[in-house]
Amino acid sequence: MKHILELLDRTVRRWGSRTAFGDEHITLTWDEVDTAVQRVGTALAQYSVQRRPVALYLDHEVPCLLAMLGTLAAGGFYTVLDTAQPPERVRRITGQLEPALLVTDAAHREAADALGLACPVVEMADALNAVPDSFALQTLRNESLDTDLAYVLFTSGSTGAPKGVAIQHRAVLAYSAWAAATFGIDETTVFGNQTPFYFSMSVTDLYTSLRTGAQVQVLPRRLFSFPVQLLDYLTVHEVNTLYWVPSALGGVVRWKALDYTALPPLRTILFAGETMPTPYLNYWQAHYPEALFANLFGPTETTDICAYYIVDRAFSDDEPLPIGRACDNCGLLVLTDDGRAAEPGAVGELCVRGSFLAAGYYNMPDKTAERFCPNPLQPHYPEIIYRTGDLVRYDENGLLQYMGRADNQIKHMGYRIELGEIETAAFGQEGLQSCACIYDAPKDRLVLFFTGRKGLEEELRVRLAGRLPAYMQPTAYRRLQAMPQNQNGKIDRAALRALCKED
Amino acid sequence: MHTLDEIMKILAEVKPGIEAEPDTELVRTGILDSVDIMSVVMALAEEFDLEISPLDLKEENFHTPNAILDLVNRLDD
Repeated sequence: MKHILELLDRTVRRWGSRTAFGDEHITLTWDEVDTAVQRVGTALAQYSVQRRPVALYLDHEVPCLLAMLGTLAAGGFYTVLDTAQPPERVRRITGQLEPALLVTDAAHREAADALGLACPVVEMADALNAVPDSFALQTLRNESLDTDLAYVLFTSGSTGAPKGVAIQHRAVLAYSAWAAATFGIDETTVFGNQTPFYFSMSVTDLYTSLRTGAQVQVLPRRLFSFPVQLLDYLTVHEVNTLYWVPSALGGVVRWKALDYTALPPLRTILFAGETMPTPYLNYWQAHYPEALFANLFGPTETTDICAYYIVDRAFSDDEPLPIGRACDNCGLLVLTDDGRAAEPGAVGELCVRGSFLAAGYYNMPDKTAERFCPNPLQPHYPEIIYRTGDLVRYDENGLLQYMGRADNQIKHMGYRIELGEIETAAFGQEGLQSCACIYDAPKDRLVLFFTGRKGLEEELRVRLAGRLPAYMQPTAYRRLQAMPQNQNGKIDRAALRALCKED
Repeated sequence: MHTLDEIMKILAEVKPGIEAEPDTELVRTGILDSVDIMSVVMALAEEFDLEISPLDLKEENFHTPNAILDLVNRLDD
């Protein structure tokens, strides 16, 4: 197989009349998806987008999925833009990408025009009216290679310009084959999609579905504020598989929502994107003792993930979850600063080789060379590894443990500190709902932000005093009414750093 | 009985500069995002000493300032 849409062809033949994609407004079968993709593909192909970038300025709904697949049908590669972001942030991405075409809808037309891009703009309603030209689409397909790009996904880039991670068809094909087999995704799977399409986790929902005939129900974002209603929505749509960021699973935990309504028929609960607080896992597991839970780990640069751990034993509330072992077709190296293999059990930088690797960063040769470099352990032929910047070590069971970001390790009172360790120690405190520890560099202090009941500061202080050395004790505790979140639903640490400045 | 002014004051504390009429749609328009809604819930609970159950945490109870007022008055009965 060389093209992602070959997965769609096969699924349409097998499961054409079954539900494929749904959101609050529409539900489409695979046959209907196929027709729509051909229409959109034909319309987009008029603009000669073969091997060129197409920017999609659409909300987190089914039509955006059709535009993504339509772009692939037209031989191009897509970038989904976040319609909720201010225009200047969107322009930072389009400036890097220089799209050949912008696809939007009537609701966003004005905002899309205001971006002031040089390229033509197409509205989905018009594209969906095109008469499919199967000969033209087949020609484009014949000319494609599995090394052509499928999409460019921009990572927020805490400093400097956003980086566009360029992913090829072959990486998506390899990743989706592994993920579907490992997590038992098949035509009976119904994903409750939480993550936006400009975030790498959504790749799993979409492309394992394309591969197996599973269904994707795109969840309305606002329901994550109303956990009981969210669970009822899952029940109504017969969602049985979740792949959410831990903060989204935590919203249900915080309100103990599983105790207040009928349990949705969940059988697979996967999570990634940030550290999973073990109390969240324990709450969900208590309600779904038979379900498969897995902690997934990896950067956008490895398509979605490179390591995974299927939860196979009980964990206490303050015990961190391992990130486990390598996915098939991913080689994981743990390297020291000078490029040697770390001693067994020692901490080193996680580096990845194999088929899930991105081609590099779009329009950024220097950044690409910095992170995608020759494997120092393979002197005999050229092999590229991706340096994740994540610190890991193997534990006594041979499972990888995440030790934090290399650039996130802070030095405080002369000691190297991993902030995640402080958070893990705080979890397990009764009444604590969420927490995040921030190093406030200008004031050289550790601030523990948390949500939970009033008066918890003193109990947390006592708890941490008993569990962590003096140099790891937070200098300040700040209770928040709600933990700030970014667009992906993860804890927004930049917002917390900004709060430190206000003190 | 609580008043709309009290609700508006809390909304303004959570979201400085918010422009809302009593029947302005707050949730579907994105005027309040999920973090804002959580902040409003916590602020209501603390300010008015209310027990807000997960079952009260529904879109129809938060979608306008008037809906929030109705909820608060119902819970404070």
